[in-house]
Amino acid sequence: MKERLVFEIGKKGKVGVSLPRCDVPEEEPERLIPEQHLRKDLPLPELSEPEIVRHFTRLSQLNCGVDTGLYPLGSCTMKYNPKVNEEIASLAGLTRLHPYQPEELCQGALRLMYELGEYLAQIGGMDAVTLQPAAGAHGELTGMLIIRAYFLSKAQKRHQVIIPDSAHGTNPASAALCGYQAIEVKSDERGCVDVVELNKLVDEDVAAIMLTNPNTLGLFEENILEIADIVHRAGGLLYCDGANLNALLGVARPGDMGFDLLHFNLHKTFSTPHGGGGPGSGPLGVKRTLAPFLPVPLVVKQGKRYLLDYNCPLSIGKVRSFYGNFGVLIKAYAYLLSLGPEGLRQVAENAVLNANYLVKRLKDHYHLPYDRICKHEFVLSGARQKKRGIRALDIAKRLIDCGFHPPTIYFPLIVNEALMIEPTETESRQTLDRFAEALIKIAQEDAETLKSAPHHTSVGRLDEVAAARKPNLRWKE
Amino acid sequence: MHYIPNTDEDRREMLQAIGLASMDELFSDIPPQVRVKAALKLPAALSELELLEHARQLGAENANIDDYVCFRGAGAYDHFIPSVVRQIVSRAEFYTSYTPYQAEISQGTLQAIYEYQTLICQLTGMDVSNASMYDGASALAEAVLMSCRITGRDRLLLSQTLHPEYRQVVRTYLQGMSVETLEIPYTSGLTDLDWLRKELDDRAAAVVVQHPNFFGLLEEMNEISQIAHRVGALFVVSVDPISLGILQPPGAYGADIAVGEGQALGNEICFGGPYLGFFATREQFVRNMPGRLVGATTDSEGRRGFVLTLQTREQHIRRAKATSNICSNESLNALAAAVYLTTLGKEGLRKVALLCLRKAHYAWREIAKLNGFPPLFSGTFFKEFSVNCPTSPQKINQVLLKQRIIGGLGLKKFYPEHQNGLLVCVTEKRTKEQIDEFVEVLSETGEQQ
Repeated sequence: MKERLVFEIGKKGKVGVSLPRCDVPEEEPERLIPEQHLRKDLPLPELSEPEIVRHFTRLSQLNCGVDTGLYPLGSCTMKYNPKVNEEIASLAGLTRLHPYQPEELCQGALRLMYELGEYLAQIGGMDAVTLQPAAGAHGELTGMLIIRAYFLSKAQKRHQVIIPDSAHGTNPASAALCGYQAIEVKSDERGCVDVVELNKLVDEDVAAIMLTNPNTLGLFEENILEIADIVHRAGGLLYCDGANLNALLGVARPGDMGFDLLHFNLHKTFSTPHGGGGPGSGPLGVKRTLAPFLPVPLVVKQGKRYLLDYNCPLSIGKVRSFYGNFGVLIKAYAYLLSLGPEGLRQVAENAVLNANYLVKRLKDHYHLPYDRICKHEFVLSGARQKKRGIRALDIAKRLIDCGFHPPTIYFPLIVNEALMIEPTETESRQTLDRFAEALIKIAQEDAETLKSAPHHTSVGRLDEVAAARKPNLRWKE
Repeated sequence: MHYIPNTDEDRREMLQAIGLASMDELFSDIPPQVRVKAALKLPAALSELELLEHARQLGAENANIDDYVCFRGAGAYDHFIPSVVRQIVSRAEFYTSYTPYQAEISQGTLQAIYEYQTLICQLTGMDVSNASMYDGASALAEAVLMSCRITGRDRLLLSQTLHPEYRQVVRTYLQGMSVETLEIPYTSGLTDLDWLRKELDDRAAAVVVQHPNFFGLLEEMNEISQIAHRVGALFVVSVDPISLGILQPPGAYGADIAVGEGQALGNEICFGGPYLGFFATREQFVRNMPGRLVGATTDSEGRRGFVLTLQTREQHIRRAKATSNICSNESLNALAAAVYLTTLGKEGLRKVALLCLRKAHYAWREIAKLNGFPPLFSGTFFKEFSVNCPTSPQKINQVLLKQRIIGGLGLKKFYPEHQNGLLVCVTEKRTKEQIDEFVEVLSETGEQQ
């Protein structure tokens, strides 16, 4: 199945919408606006409503989502997105709100934000939370700017941020965006930060260490208390990338481990849908000493009233307009209320159980570089298969034939031919078994079958080199 | 917990298979002193029915703009959203999918983004568009960072008629950079071109202007473009996409980077987010762009398909040397924008823009007839305009609220020099009857003075 572009479907004279007639004097635009400001032509497509609906519906059918099958992308926490959250997030009382309407007319929205901030602080072991960042990387940027402002307030200039070699690419990119030099620390043979190496790197030029815990290998940083001690003794701060927080919900809190800042990925841990690449939401929690630097406004409670507080003289400012991705916040809030404290812990337990169960089923068939209890995800290596000329990419594409979305591949960078698998707690044992059987079968298949996969999709493997060499980024007549 | 399929039996058998005796052993690698001992202090779980009821109650504590008539804009707009848009973005194949890394099973998202990129180019008259940024303000911040990279210069000139929150976001983003930011003052509500001619020199990476500006006025874009380019600075513009139904596109007046808030393109107003920032530029700058890009290519059988491309600019490849740290963008909002632009189409978007223009001018004229509400500025406007009130706008808005009208935004919030300034927005959704009532209440508050 293939779908033409909207530009190839349209035809002059077709209309897709009915608009009200003009009930005020119909003046010619030239009388209201000088001609040099007016455009001569508007080259948009022309389609009728049924054609539009059919076009985009057909496009949707070329996609896979969590609702259509297992989506075990490592570090992405592709869990089920509860439907009641979607319904709540479309209530007029919560969505038909202007961001600048008076505070007394949006008390419900402010209360929701205030309470969500409190819940997240409680879950992460933090003292204060901003809901403003629009995604995880945006939370990182906010955190790095806060770290910078904190040291400036103490008249200290620090230039480095330490980041493990297993980290997400956003970590060094966010640090660099704030003017920091990203310094890499190696992982040890157990897959954790090499503490001896770290000790050598940490000095008074280090502003912070950015850690993902559990890390991208799905392993808990066992030496976290020692790491915190090393960094804190040198006056530095600990930043936690919360991408993998799903493993710790109700079990352990980054704030108790010595982290000073933590961003939450509501579109991962807190079940808000990822939307094909956003909207996400990346609230940032901080310890008390850093709270004065949070972006404005903060939602505060005075008696029974909720207010937007802009009076924060040390604040870094704003990282986006208004208050954050409110529509996403609604869904995370609803999710937390439906879980309660016990449900929250069950999420972590089942996510970790599912991951370890898959490890058990797969480790005789694929190389497992770090063989120990994992958390919510684990990383296999396609090294054995590579000897037969089969790459991680081939394994991933063959999984599509078997009806599964592939795992994250070639990440983290420290594992050769990495296959990073995160099943999440919303998959059943039966699904995990079917997935394991598919991977076991693939481990034994011949190179030809794998190299030509996927076999049943609307397109086969696409020429990415040609796409980058001569970019075609838009349709032209 | 009904979102978790495993049964107690499953759990027992799975633990057994792993070789563990209890769930706790799954967490034995976490130091005991940091494990949570008691349950977290969170509210007890609600059933679905209770949750819905709770959410409705929260909603009832808000005034929603279906029940109130909204004359407030200032960066978030109450435009009409055709039903088609919500129906399409509610399809789970779209909203429950991830960033389209696996192209063969993500052609829906990829093709939709490619169409979105094309539609943004058609709307703005620019050569290339990315797959979207977080919102209009952060898109602008990324645009100024990009202009510093391209020119190698470290000074920015931002017009004071730019949305104040956008200026604040730009300054925040630049905190870690050694870039100097100058604000261009305004005169009669418009960017002061005499000041700009005098102060601008070849240290400037970019001149940044909003059009229509925060006061609703049309800026002299051709003139500013020439002034900026004379010293080799880039011309960075933030534009209202609905205005482009009738106004000259940025490509026509020589903009180098065009960004804007895409909320008005089929996205719910939703208390300020999620929105999308659109981001378009010239072909020659494509490799300096931030954010994701989708390109067309072919498979081994020559079939057309779409992939994420030019990824060597991005954080997951380039890490500290990436053009931006952005990863997730606002893909579903960009899909809504694509469906909206397709649905409105050539005629529809022009019609919506004309309705805004005519209704705003009708409201402006009727208000001008009143005693005590003179226009704040005399310039040309599109769908927003500023008036001077006889008393504080806060008082006037209180009176309007009693009639279930959310009045304009008091300019004092951002511009202390306009204590009684009121920024009024009229979209295509406002009827003549609503406008007449608004004006009527204004006239009553004026008479009370």
